[in-house]
Amino acid sequence: MKRFVPKTFWQWVFALIMTGGAYATVVRVLYGLGGATNLTDKFPWGIWIGFDILCGVGLAAGGFTLAATVHIFNLKKYKPIVRPAILTAFLGYLLVIVALMFDLGKPYNIWHPLIMWNPHSVMFEVGWCVTLYTTVLSLEFAPVVCERFGWRLPLKWLHKVEIPLIIVGILLSTLHQSSLGTLYVIMPEKLYPLWYSPLLPVLFFVSAVTVGLAMTIFESWHSSRAFGRQLELPLLQGMARVLAVLLSFYLVMRFLDLLQRDALRLLRVPRTETYLFALEIALLLLPAMLLFREHVRRSPAALYACAVMVVFGFITNRLNVSLTGMEAGSGARYIPKWTEIMVTLSIIALGFFIFRTAVKHLPIFTSEEENHTHAPQFASVPVMAGRK
Amino acid sequence: MAKAILYDSTLCVGCRACEEACAKKWGNPYDDKIAEQEQISARKLTAVQTHGDKFSRRLCMHCEAPTCVSVCPVGALEKTALGPVIYDADKCMGCRYCMVACPFQVPTYEWDAMVPRMRKCDMCFERQSKGLPTACTEACPTGATICGERDAMIAEARKRLAEKPGEYHPAIYGMNEVGGTSVLMLSAVPFEQLGLRTDLPRAPLPQLTWDVLSHLPDVVVLGSVLLGGVWWITHRREEVALAEAARSVPQTKPSGEGSSK
Repeated sequence: MKRFVPKTFWQWVFALIMTGGAYATVVRVLYGLGGATNLTDKFPWGIWIGFDILCGVGLAAGGFTLAATVHIFNLKKYKPIVRPAILTAFLGYLLVIVALMFDLGKPYNIWHPLIMWNPHSVMFEVGWCVTLYTTVLSLEFAPVVCERFGWRLPLKWLHKVEIPLIIVGILLSTLHQSSLGTLYVIMPEKLYPLWYSPLLPVLFFVSAVTVGLAMTIFESWHSSRAFGRQLELPLLQGMARVLAVLLSFYLVMRFLDLLQRDALRLLRVPRTETYLFALEIALLLLPAMLLFREHVRRSPAALYACAVMVVFGFITNRLNVSLTGMEAGSGARYIPKWTEIMVTLSIIALGFFIFRTAVKHLPIFTSEEENHTHAPQFASVPVMAGRK
Repeated sequence: MAKAILYDSTLCVGCRACEEACAKKWGNPYDDKIAEQEQISARKLTAVQTHGDKFSRRLCMHCEAPTCVSVCPVGALEKTALGPVIYDADKCMGCRYCMVACPFQVPTYEWDAMVPRMRKCDMCFERQSKGLPTACTEACPTGATICGERDAMIAEARKRLAEKPGEYHPAIYGMNEVGGTSVLMLSAVPFEQLGLRTDLPRAPLPQLTWDVLSHLPDVVVLGSVLLGGVWWITHRREEVALAEAARSVPQTKPSGEGSSK
């Protein structure tokens, strides 16, 4: 028992959050959604959808973004950060499913969309994509486990299907990252015009790719500190430059859309929606402007601050779409109950904990000796090229 | 032939007989305290609302192109040929997308139940299948709620509007809202004064998401070709570069095929 007594500050925080989460889980199981949430008939989706699902899936977008960068666009220098990104994505999706088990009224029916089809439903499509993509991610992550335990045969098979798997993964991600936005396209009368747009699927997809890059910078910075590794600064600088371009592209698209729908006039109305919209835009605009400056990209601290801003800007956007923007149209007020917050915090804490444990015990950050084993490949490649 | 309900607010006296009949049909409790609630809930599937000296009824509108049917990921909701939109609790997994998406905010939830169900009016599907009127129609003492074929109900509503133009707001609620509904309403005052939404689009809402979903196969086809193409180009470029590098320094090239394996 002695081993489980928390020692450091963060261990105490973790233990407290998990205890609270366990208690909230008991409340959820014994008293149902009514006892565990502040949801009502007029406001049936709260932070378990708005944060755990919408943000959770988005923050895991680094997995497919980096897989595409390295394996499809063949930018090999980014290889060292593919694995942490895939691990984040895999963990992210597993935790999204855990969150869904809390939110669904009848969680034991979670498999129903697999056999009871309704192709007209966006939710049906999201369900299928998330199921398939989690499977793909488990296969993209499997080589790490195989390497750790020295299982050569499955490693060989996994390597053969690597490229098709990655392409399928990118397609599935494109579909459901955008579809999370499409969920709201059917509610023009409920979602506040600062967020409602027929372009929601496109905006959701682009912002997911953007936050995927920001999350990768965020993780690299944290794990370099936690494990005393050297920060992959040149890599992160390259990514930060792409991030600045993507952010600008996203913001231009967002404002052109608002302009075209004549929604910008709403910014003159002093109400909560306006302020939270301003916060969301500021958290994305500021890093976009900063990251275009080279001296900002060169400083690890500034780089980290920008990545954090993008992550929070993204979270603000998703919460605005799912909560802020839905209140007026639904004629309801929603403030999450403590049980809802505890469950969400526990899921985040669990994510950090599993990530840390996995990095400690599995070859996630490519080690030095692995680079050596790859080196002799260069001698053999010309022959292979010549053979084709 | 599709059935419909016509509710005429000018004839309604607010006696709440429809509420009681509805509660009895569903086996829900009903007493004075419940009668006072003017909102629909999981235990009260229709509610009479007081707006000054006017009354209005809330119940499922049974849209012609229902948003709830379109969004349900498991097909637990169905628009029957008879008109009513019905629900299969066994299929439902409780995602509550129908509740979020319904433009009339009709579906309600058994929040405190261990095995919760979505609840809403089913326009007495079973009674109507047997040719019986809905329970609320049968109970209504003033004829404010009547039911029958949708075409006949529209004709009746138009007749009333034409015969007593001074007593009615000149429109039928449910004719065009989100593509039309199977519950139609008449009123003496503009509908928003009865708490009804008049800002709804005339086109069915499911079309909005279908316009996006129907393009997904194109995304998959184009996407796979594009990604496959990019992969081939980037890797081919690398192979060519390596081959050329090898040719320029031939002495380092391994002599046999075997060394590459």
